[in-house]
Amino acid sequence: MSNRFRVLRAFFTESESPLDTDQIRTLTGSVPDNRPGDADMLVTHENNIRWSGRNLDNRFEKSKKRITAVYRVFSVLAAVMIIAVLLFTVTDLPSFGGVEKPTQNEVQQRYLEKGLEEGGATNLVANMILDYRAFDTLGESNVLFMAVCTVILLLRISQGDTDRRLREENDDRHFEPKNDLILQTGARVLVPVIQLFGIYVILNGHLGPGGGFSGGAIMGAGLILYLSAFGFARTERFFTFRTFKTVSFTALSFYALSKAYSFFTGANHLPSVITTGTPGAILSAGLILPLNIAVGLVVCCTMYAFYTLFRKGDM
Amino acid sequence: MNLFLLLLLLILIFNAIAVVLTKNLLATCLIFMAQSTVMVLVWILLESPDLAITEAAVGAGVSSLLMFITLKKIHVIDEEAGKGGGNHNE
Amino acid sequence: MLQKLADNYVSAAAVILFGIGFTTLLLNKNLVRKIIGFSFMDSAMFLFLAAQGYIEGGKAPILDPDQLTARTTFINPVPAGLVLTGIVVSVSVTALMLALTVRLYRRYHSLDIDEICRLAGKEES
Repeated sequence: MSNRFRVLRAFFTESESPLDTDQIRTLTGSVPDNRPGDADMLVTHENNIRWSGRNLDNRFEKSKKRITAVYRVFSVLAAVMIIAVLLFTVTDLPSFGGVEKPTQNEVQQRYLEKGLEEGGATNLVANMILDYRAFDTLGESNVLFMAVCTVILLLRISQGDTDRRLREENDDRHFEPKNDLILQTGARVLVPVIQLFGIYVILNGHLGPGGGFSGGAIMGAGLILYLSAFGFARTERFFTFRTFKTVSFTALSFYALSKAYSFFTGANHLPSVITTGTPGAILSAGLILPLNIAVGLVVCCTMYAFYTLFRKGDM
Repeated sequence: MNLFLLLLLLILIFNAIAVVLTKNLLATCLIFMAQSTVMVLVWILLESPDLAITEAAVGAGVSSLLMFITLKKIHVIDEEAGKGGGNHNE
Repeated sequence: MLQKLADNYVSAAAVILFGIGFTTLLLNKNLVRKIIGFSFMDSAMFLFLAAQGYIEGGKAPILDPDQLTARTTFINPVPAGLVLTGIVVSVSVTALMLALTVRLYRRYHSLDIDEICRLAGKEES
């Protein structure tokens, strides 16, 4: 880019300190010389620097304040306009709670009427997301997995970088008092109850509200509480990076393969070995129970991985 | 017109305005956590218990926890001075 | 027109929440506040979607195994499924943005977006 453009950019974004010779040299790539034509952005020689610097200072302040004020006014104006246009659209929507809407069509009728005999689950929402629309849920589990892979890329400290690792550990220890008696006593009582409740929510996902995502998040929260109370040394006895890799990969592959079997037999009108069972029993609803378990495991590992990557940079 | 639902929606809007105007960064994250909790009640009033459980576990639990631990990592929560948070204005 | 807005008060509140979240994105310079504004916009969109699925007098779509033939009106389950997916994607995106914030702070020691752009620009020139 040209020299003049670079200096202009520095003019708009530079802080309040005036330019001195070194900064000008790095900005323009050349030593300033006696050129009267370039206003007062380039200085001529040492005597003039202070004078032009003061002038430059005032102009920095004023233009910066003016630009900021104009930007703020325009952004509030833009937001008010967006709200006004969208509110105007809301007045054209069908009324809240009414029955004669375009979203009440035959798709919804089919899910509500035939859901029990085709899927087998009494929770019709779980029936919909894990039987009729299972592909969407696979995509969502993939989004979680990709997010955790990217956070590993960003925040994980590699094995060979020992001084960075020591610095992170000291930083961590500075903020947490280890061996807190209240926290440990509370965690000893609470963590088993939380894990048990999480397992209950996952296993009863097809019979009542809940399912894979909420149960998995509850189990992940229980693991985070255990980690906060007892430290990394005890948690790494049963949950390492290798555990995380194995469990996530196995759960996602199981989801993909078992649903692929279901797609294959359904598309070719073949009889499949998976039955729907009696509604209301635990072992019913075909593939919905195993898929709930798979999704729950992925979400649990993901939530725990987020926390420990932020805190220590390793698992 | 459910008055309780209307009251909860007004609380949500008030939270959103408070995020723009608060100076303290730790208080902003607490408002974020409160907003997730109020959303749980709104989902129950809209007759969707699946959404309520998921929002409670994920929004008011893990997401707010990640915010707090980010604040710790960027040294906003200062322990030696004994004061909590928020010397980052604007 | 005000009567129609009062009829659709949930959608109107969702739209106002969206606008305020957008304002937070534009007006604040702090990165963490921008992320919180982003999350407010997400919540507003979920509220809007779920409000489209509500039917007056409808119940939650969970059948009782003892009374399978009872005829109850249910709410529309399709928007509830969409919002369930959306909540999980929203938390993933928030976690990713927070990880980026931590890395930016480690490199530039500032949370101000103007400051970061300035320092990055000075570095590359």
